[in-house]
Amino acid sequence: MKERILTCIICPRGCTLRVTLDEAGVPTSVEGNACPRGKTYAETECTAPMRTVTSTVRCTDGSVIPVKTDRAIPKRLVFDCMKEINLLRVSPECAVGDILIEHILGTDASLVVTGKKP
Amino acid sequence: MAYLSDEKISFGIVIVGGGPAGMAAAVAAYDAGERDILILERDNALGGILRQCIHNGFGLHRFGEELTGPEYAYKYERMVEERGIAYMLDTMVIGIDKERNLTAVNRDRGIFTIKCGAIILAMGCRERPRGALNIAGTRPAGIYTAGTAQKYVNMKGYMPGREVVILGSGDIGLIMARRMTLEGASVKAVCELMPYSGGLARNIEQCLNDFDIPLYLSTTVVEIHGKERVEAVTVAEVDERRRPKLETARTIPCDTLLLSCGLIPENELTKDAGIPLDAITNGAVVNGDRETDVEGIFACGNVLHVHDLVDYVSEEAVIAGTSAVRYIRGESGRDADIALKTDGRVRYTVPQRITSLKDTVVYFRVADVYKDAYLVVKRGEEVLYKRKKQKLAPGEMETVKLTEEMLKGDGGELRLSIEMA
Repeated sequence: MKERILTCIICPRGCTLRVTLDEAGVPTSVEGNACPRGKTYAETECTAPMRTVTSTVRCTDGSVIPVKTDRAIPKRLVFDCMKEINLLRVSPECAVGDILIEHILGTDASLVVTGKKP
Repeated sequence: MAYLSDEKISFGIVIVGGGPAGMAAAVAAYDAGERDILILERDNALGGILRQCIHNGFGLHRFGEELTGPEYAYKYERMVEERGIAYMLDTMVIGIDKERNLTAVNRDRGIFTIKCGAIILAMGCRERPRGALNIAGTRPAGIYTAGTAQKYVNMKGYMPGREVVILGSGDIGLIMARRMTLEGASVKAVCELMPYSGGLARNIEQCLNDFDIPLYLSTTVVEIHGKERVEAVTVAEVDERRRPKLETARTIPCDTLLLSCGLIPENELTKDAGIPLDAITNGAVVNGDRETDVEGIFACGNVLHVHDLVDYVSEEAVIAGTSAVRYIRGESGRDADIALKTDGRVRYTVPQRITSLKDTVVYFRVADVYKDAYLVVKRGEEVLYKRKKQKLAPGEMETVKLTEEMLKGDGGELRLSIEMA
């Protein structure tokens, strides 16, 4: 039996989570979560942590537009995802919601435009 | 944007600022039945500071989904457009008076004056700069407020530096620690003068811990080194009275210092109009309608008090927007005058006064970290409300709902306090 203390990152409340893990490192119980999402977060965080990536993409005219992965990707891929993002050159006419890369790095996530060119 | 004739010099409701507060106030006023609304925005687009906050975490309360800043702003921009609410961009308001005459300037019209039925102040806030912090040392390039760096990286596509120290652990500083790291910079340290962080716990976790960036509490920057460009900063721990312990001083080489040392509501217009401000919030004193001490002038969002979450800004803007509509229709209806007082542990409340007997949500912040403490609302010695709070921290805005039942009764004063278990 091992214990891990986490801070939930799902919402601004930031619950302190107490996770009990068995010998194999599999979570067996979660305490301190104010909602069910906290339990899911704790279980994922202890087995395969995930993060949403937000960044900017360079446009062909030199400006930048904001983008995000439309769902969380494995945390270990975050810097690889940044490399992909920084290789892109897109049209400054991109609209909010446009998909720039589908299945980025083989994940379920797409890279989507979140705002207009400033 | 609706067409505005040059001859139109009066509006029902004029909103100063087209950020999240201004847009939400405008939409709420429209939805309450008012059509003669104008938003004045000094930047070249609506959206305010959200445009540069490209990270996610916005909108969970308001929209039930996790949005980035630009997406949250875009939703409100669409609501403004769909309703055909008029707005002027690149337009700077330079003065308002107590009779609600507003003077603004832009390239098309030059200086012009508008007669307003009601005014909603929604100018937001700005960051405390180096000059306000009294940091010793040279004055080289490479010192930015965190928000300025955020604008460079997220809107202009420039990296302000490669080796970064951040002073202050407010949320923007934490967010920028992650952002600079993702873009290839090395963030050496985040130093916080206070013994606790000013940012949300989730941001400590996902912006610092995820990238092994150290957070040094009770630590500050005592000297900046470098002639043309920042070359290093000297940091030192501070004692309980926040004086640096120089024997703990050490120098961290870096080329950039980011400052995330607090936000100040931008109230020059408010002050010039003679509207009384609260010395703690640095925003106007308001009643439950978010009306200032000057009739017909309302305030909401970060110009009133600094919020943690844009969702709360929108919520407050709805109050201001709908109250402004009631005001111009002569339906404000004041049937009480209750001052909300605090005990020092509660630093401030917004509103500071309640002038109508109806359920009122009061926002407040505490002065220090309190664990297992009680939030108590009293009239004189009579306890009207008592609720245990596991943890209260200055970085997290709290709310308490004062019911009509609690507001009724003798005495023009209620006191919010924190009592230890």
